[in-house]
Amino acid sequence: MQEIRVTNYPEVLVDRPTHYCPGCQHGIAHRLVAEALTDLGVVDKTIAVSSIGCSVFLYNYLNLDTVEAPHGRAPAVATGVKRARPDAVVFTYQGDGDLASIGMAEIMHCANRGERVTVIFVNNTVYGMTGGQMAPTTLVGQKTTTCPGGRCLEREGAPIRMSEIIASLGGTAYCERVAVNTVKNVLGAKKAIRKAFQYQLDGKGFSFVEVLSTCPTNWRMTPVAANERVASEMIPYFPLGTFKDIAATEGA
Amino acid sequence: MSERVFLKGNEAIARAALAAGMRCYFGYPITPQNDIPELLSAELPKAGGEFVQAESEVAAANMLLGAAACGVRAMTTSSSPGISLMQEAISYMAGSELPGVIVNMNRGGPGLGDIGPSQGDYYQATRGGGHGDYRTLVLAPGTVQEAYDLTMLAFDLAFHYRNPVMVLGDAILGQMKEPVTPHTPARTADPEAASWCLQGAVGRPGRIIKSLFLEDGALAGQNTRLAAKYQAMEAEVRAEQFLVEDAELVVVAYGSIGRIAKSTVRKLRNAGHKVGLVRPITLFPFPSAMLRALADQGKRFLTLEHNLGQMVDDVRLAIRTVADSAFHGHLPGNLPTPNDFEAPILTALGADH
Amino acid sequence: MPSRVQFREDRCKGCLLCVQACPSGIIQQSSRFNQQGYKVAEVPAERMAECKGCAFCAIMCPDFAIHVFKTKEAA
Repeated sequence: MQEIRVTNYPEVLVDRPTHYCPGCQHGIAHRLVAEALTDLGVVDKTIAVSSIGCSVFLYNYLNLDTVEAPHGRAPAVATGVKRARPDAVVFTYQGDGDLASIGMAEIMHCANRGERVTVIFVNNTVYGMTGGQMAPTTLVGQKTTTCPGGRCLEREGAPIRMSEIIASLGGTAYCERVAVNTVKNVLGAKKAIRKAFQYQLDGKGFSFVEVLSTCPTNWRMTPVAANERVASEMIPYFPLGTFKDIAATEGA
Repeated sequence: MSERVFLKGNEAIARAALAAGMRCYFGYPITPQNDIPELLSAELPKAGGEFVQAESEVAAANMLLGAAACGVRAMTTSSSPGISLMQEAISYMAGSELPGVIVNMNRGGPGLGDIGPSQGDYYQATRGGGHGDYRTLVLAPGTVQEAYDLTMLAFDLAFHYRNPVMVLGDAILGQMKEPVTPHTPARTADPEAASWCLQGAVGRPGRIIKSLFLEDGALAGQNTRLAAKYQAMEAEVRAEQFLVEDAELVVVAYGSIGRIAKSTVRKLRNAGHKVGLVRPITLFPFPSAMLRALADQGKRFLTLEHNLGQMVDDVRLAIRTVADSAFHGHLPGNLPTPNDFEAPILTALGADH
Repeated sequence: MPSRVQFREDRCKGCLLCVQACPSGIIQQSSRFNQQGYKVAEVPAERMAECKGCAFCAIMCPDFAIHVFKTKEAA
């Protein structure tokens, strides 16, 4: 009789407690990135670009060469990194405030140029680190510390669907929205993230994975209730799926 | 010895960067420096480098940050309003100790100002410019040859100190055509950067390049290290002295204004006036000790600038307790000639005119 | 082919996403607090035999706090 361990956390995932709140799914997204880089055998040629927000500490959990970008500028910094080191695997890891608000110009043009970089976009509909303010992806009616009565469509506009926008840009090779609220979705997210990196390695163009995620603390919910909200409120507005895949188009 | 060629200041900067081994250039169009990206868009790819026209100066400067983190020679160029937009990344680069070259061909301000020459960005250049307690090393060429030489030097200094270096020119220097002797520098890459730059963590733990220092005392430590570095930059102080030895009045002026003032000084000397010139070439670090020594000899001072008075603060700080400096500011929007500086110099000399 | 789950109690934040994910429904919140003050997840000893080793709990755990083991006949 021999006991084997089913769970194998990749070595690049640093064995230390995270600073994330209970139920925050950044940890799952970190793990999926770590698994993808490990599966593809590219850990030692990867350069990460961390952004501003809760995930600025990405470098504490992934043992990678990492540069910290100013708020929203990760795609510009990644462009500089990739142009300087075209053989490196380069990715940014950004939240919704960072990517879809202050960094909108940088993400759009990085995608449009078709920079051979991968962007992991964690959308939890709120500014986490600064205390739960309204984000560009905050759902209509969702209460935050800067829209205490709930986001108002007339006053604050509709939440931005980034994957749909990114998919419309010429340089985008692969664009997918995933969630990590169920085992099935986590496995799908894993596949998407791996594929995004594979496209970069193949020089196909810009690759983008939006990960719907929870922020139980700022949603004022228990982790379990927050996770249920992903299916009940987020996915209906932010549908999961592949929004662009040039390989699929090429094959057609 | 290579051939002399006729180049605009902007072209000289672009050619110097190519000769210095620049691998990446990031820029965004703005007058009066467009010759630089235009030339590099054609020449840099031929040299195997990467040219990117960014979506904004904000992005261009952050691309510079990314390339700098990889330890390659990289540059961005702009003019005043664009340089304002770059301050975010420059502050992060200073905090993260990243080497990069930023060229500002200063135009009139504030706001949209005009597209003519000005020295209105002196404070911004020499006080860091962005948020936080930091400095960039600032080189101020007065001739096209000097623009060529100092751009080359800027790369060396950026890597030596792991700090952003600014080349501060203006619309005069950028558009002026002069003979230049091109040359190849001894150094065109920085292999020492391998000890800190990002290449992928092969056989070592991941490296982190960051400006966030949250742990107790960490930021104070970082600021103290930076302060020591800025102190060490004193070794780079450069200034041109012209006929100061027996001068009663020392004119202090930098960049193209320094060079125009030199003509005035030469003319007034020929007329028998005991006037000399100090032209700071490094604006940070500032040649304070040189000015102080001149003040100790009993000389008087007049600072000439193409603004309402910015560098004069540094002159006065340098000579405080012994002397003061008079000031004459030529307003932006027009090009000063040597004649424009005659009256202010003669007034400061106390001479009849 | 018995399986088992091991919780790294020092890493568990008591979010209970594993409870939601377990198809056998054998994970529960214990009454024990860890050093960080979280009530950690556990599988009661008497129910461990029901573990199928699917590792769904580990897949959903944001804190890399779960290890799952399966026992195989030696080949």
